[in-house]
Amino acid sequence: LRIMAGKVKWVTDIEKSVLINNFEKRGWIQVAENEDWNFYWMSVQTIRNVFSVETGYRLSDDQIVNHFPNHYELTRKDLMVKNIKRYRKELEKEGSPLAEKDENGKYIYLDFVPVTFMLPADYNLFVEEFRKNPSSTWIMKPCGKAQGKGIFLINKLSQIKKWSRDSKTSSFVSQSSKEAYVISLYINNPLLIGGKKFDLRLYVLVSTYRPLRCYMYKLGFCRFCTVKYTPSTSELDNMFVHLTNVAIQKHGDDYNHIHGGKWTVSNLRLYLESTRGKEVTNKLFDEIHWIIVQSLKAVAPVMNNDKHCFECYGYDIIIDDKLKPWLIEVNASPSLTSSTANDRILKYNLINDTLNIAVPNGEIPDCKWNKSPPKEVLGNYEVLYDEEMAQNDGSDRDLRNRSGQSTGVKGIRARDSGKPALTTWK
Amino acid sequence: VSLHKPEIKLESLKEDIKDFLKTSGWEKKLQNAVYSELNVFPSPCHPAAPPEHMKEPLAYMRKAQGSWEKRILKSLNSMCTELSIPLAQKRPVSEQKELLNKWNEMGTDEPDLSLFRPVYAPKDFLEVLMNLRNPNYENGEQPSFRNHLGLIQVPLKVKDIPELKENFSELGLNIGQLGIDDSAQVPPEFFENEHVRVGQKVLAEQDSAAAQQYVRQGCPTALRADLWALILNISNQPEDILYYEQLKSNVIQHDLLVDSLIYKDVKLTASNDDYYFVFEDYLYQVLLCFSRDTSVLEHFAYSSATPPKSYIRGKAGMEEYAVFYPPNGVIPFHGFSMYVAPLCFLYHEPSKLYQIFREMYVRFFFRLHSISSHPSGIVSLCLLFETLLQTHLPQLFYHLREIGAQPLRISFKWMVRAFSGYLATDQLLLLWDRILGYNSLEILAVLAAAVFAFRAVNLMEVTSLAAAEAVLADLSTLKVMPLLQIFLFATVT
Repeated sequence: LRIMAGKVKWVTDIEKSVLINNFEKRGWIQVAENEDWNFYWMSVQTIRNVFSVETGYRLSDDQIVNHFPNHYELTRKDLMVKNIKRYRKELEKEGSPLAEKDENGKYIYLDFVPVTFMLPADYNLFVEEFRKNPSSTWIMKPCGKAQGKGIFLINKLSQIKKWSRDSKTSSFVSQSSKEAYVISLYINNPLLIGGKKFDLRLYVLVSTYRPLRCYMYKLGFCRFCTVKYTPSTSELDNMFVHLTNVAIQKHGDDYNHIHGGKWTVSNLRLYLESTRGKEVTNKLFDEIHWIIVQSLKAVAPVMNNDKHCFECYGYDIIIDDKLKPWLIEVNASPSLTSSTANDRILKYNLINDTLNIAVPNGEIPDCKWNKSPPKEVLGNYEVLYDEEMAQNDGSDRDLRNRSGQSTGVKGIRARDSGKPALTTWK
Repeated sequence: VSLHKPEIKLESLKEDIKDFLKTSGWEKKLQNAVYSELNVFPSPCHPAAPPEHMKEPLAYMRKAQGSWEKRILKSLNSMCTELSIPLAQKRPVSEQKELLNKWNEMGTDEPDLSLFRPVYAPKDFLEVLMNLRNPNYENGEQPSFRNHLGLIQVPLKVKDIPELKENFSELGLNIGQLGIDDSAQVPPEFFENEHVRVGQKVLAEQDSAAAQQYVRQGCPTALRADLWALILNISNQPEDILYYEQLKSNVIQHDLLVDSLIYKDVKLTASNDDYYFVFEDYLYQVLLCFSRDTSVLEHFAYSSATPPKSYIRGKAGMEEYAVFYPPNGVIPFHGFSMYVAPLCFLYHEPSKLYQIFREMYVRFFFRLHSISSHPSGIVSLCLLFETLLQTHLPQLFYHLREIGAQPLRISFKWMVRAFSGYLATDQLLLLWDRILGYNSLEILAVLAAAVFAFRAVNLMEVTSLAAAEAVLADLSTLKVMPLLQIFLFATVT
């Protein structure tokens, strides 16, 4: 017997039309934060307050929010790396074949994040690594910022002197999240198309971490740099060449407001299949799905799997010229600003499909539901990984056959045809 | 492998050479080369026919083409005079160096192109075609039921649906097609897997003729680049790469007025295209070289067009000082760069991309902007389109005509561009597979008619040309093969 409830009451502190239009088209009612609400699309600052120990918010069964309380385990650059490193070590201790290493000591299946160190904490470790490849370039990213803010490239130790604890001229920099940086090996052999560098933005919806259930949005896109890529050292300072964040590209001279420097993932697939062949293209996309799932598995144990939560992440991935994908970072609040007309449509549909999965039937939610939406409501999402289903198949942890057979995981081959097939993962 | 061996005897030399050609693969290469010539050159005409008959047998067509060319050249020359820019000039050394450095990123250049305008746009060309008349044919001033109700008023022979069905028999309902039978709902065992296997075999055999037959059912994406190269007989030998490099150095050394026209065209079209903006720099690298490629002049032997002539400054009219301008004889028009853009999805090596484009141009694209009676010429395609529509959708045709929306006014630009920039790229490539497979552009007219048939219900409700244009503005969601198949094989006539 279901209680005949009224309309969903919503709040948001992000004034974006793609959100508000979606709420309104469902006939939901806007309320204020201090009123009774069912659905709150909040910014990451707000989620911190909602779940902080001081405020002691208690969410009721008919309330849903769009972030997990400690999403930063995945979305802060330093914590993501820390969790992945921990995950790998655990698998290694267990003797899992996933943690197998090659003759150079590199993980065969789990080496998908560029070598990264925290600064200033790991400064000495970083220097050791830097000296092994003195001609390498590294990218410095502030832990807590987004949209490409505060990022710069270095290729000389002197450029980051102030982070050295030994340096007499520096004051000891506290480990507050505002000052911490990560430094990662810069991928200076990115795959170029038309001579241009690009990265991939993919949207991944997580409805629960334990068991892990996640969906991948079929309509991801490539963001191209407006200026020709050149690895030459004189161009290191030119952020238009190296960073693909739209926020930065938008201010370059060549930014185009019709296509916004964006390509659909299906264009990428067509191009790669035509120029490189089908097998390597399928392998690339399989690997991309793999690294997304592994990153989620890595943080799943430490995530607060609050039943009131779901989250839509923006994954940033770079493909190198050997067609190996690298996970650069995960965004908790992917931009909902639209740079072109196509963009607006895509983001509108993204929110629409996300809401259809997170808030079934558009009705007042009940957190106790099993979070298993029927196939028909997925829209442009496809099931990326469903741990419950995989366990029912009985072979989640069994990886006897590593030569290309399915591990029993129901994955996807991300063709726009949407044909679900067992992913052949190593 | 060579015949330079002591055991080769004079008596058996003939047989030995034949065997050698077979085993070394040269026999196949020769066959492919001959097949290529057969595809490109028209069949020999009557021995007494003068050479202009190979270009174009009908006198009135030749005359019309000549007038059109005069107009284009006049337009180009006046632009030249207005802007005081020479048609060609040598670049100063510093500029040459700069261009060489920038060769891979000419897209970042922002020359001031505001004063340049395209020499002509497709709609100007359509006006010319509308005014074509056969002086031997009594049209009568009043349109009657005997007359053709469309814009093209010349009596060329075009195929009707039964003939098209026979011609395009491989597109029939019971024959597997890529673009239909490889969709998500169809298990690949039914058609796709076997088709891919056959395609791999065709490539292994390196047989041009077999490839041409094969692609009629569509190319698997991974095999397309190689199959097209095989059909067009492009092998990217060292001498081809060298030739391209030579063209590149011609670009570096001399600046041509048409270069600015090319820049402007790319900036106006491909740079704003969702699919092709990525390849902007490749387009310059191909088109600037194309303008300087004198080997393209060979195609004028079988084209109704004649390359424009220009004279060294001050020597007008003196034949010894005549040069073709541009060197390849082809003046680009608005949208020309869209012929190259789709090929960038297949070939990422500039010299190969260049050769494929050049071959596509001298086999097919030149017919889309010259006046001729050839069945694949734009005039025949327009007439074919209008006839199909008038015959099979007479109510729609009549309605559109009544509201001042002659269908050809809308579909002309699609056909002139071979649908590039109007269809999604994967669909466009499936369409161009069939152009290569059937060695004909007629499929463009059939597709144009099929699009109108598909949107007929909406079109019947519009009351103006603008509204009709709006219904047909966005073709990016269309699937071409089902449309073609339904129109040809599943429409009740």
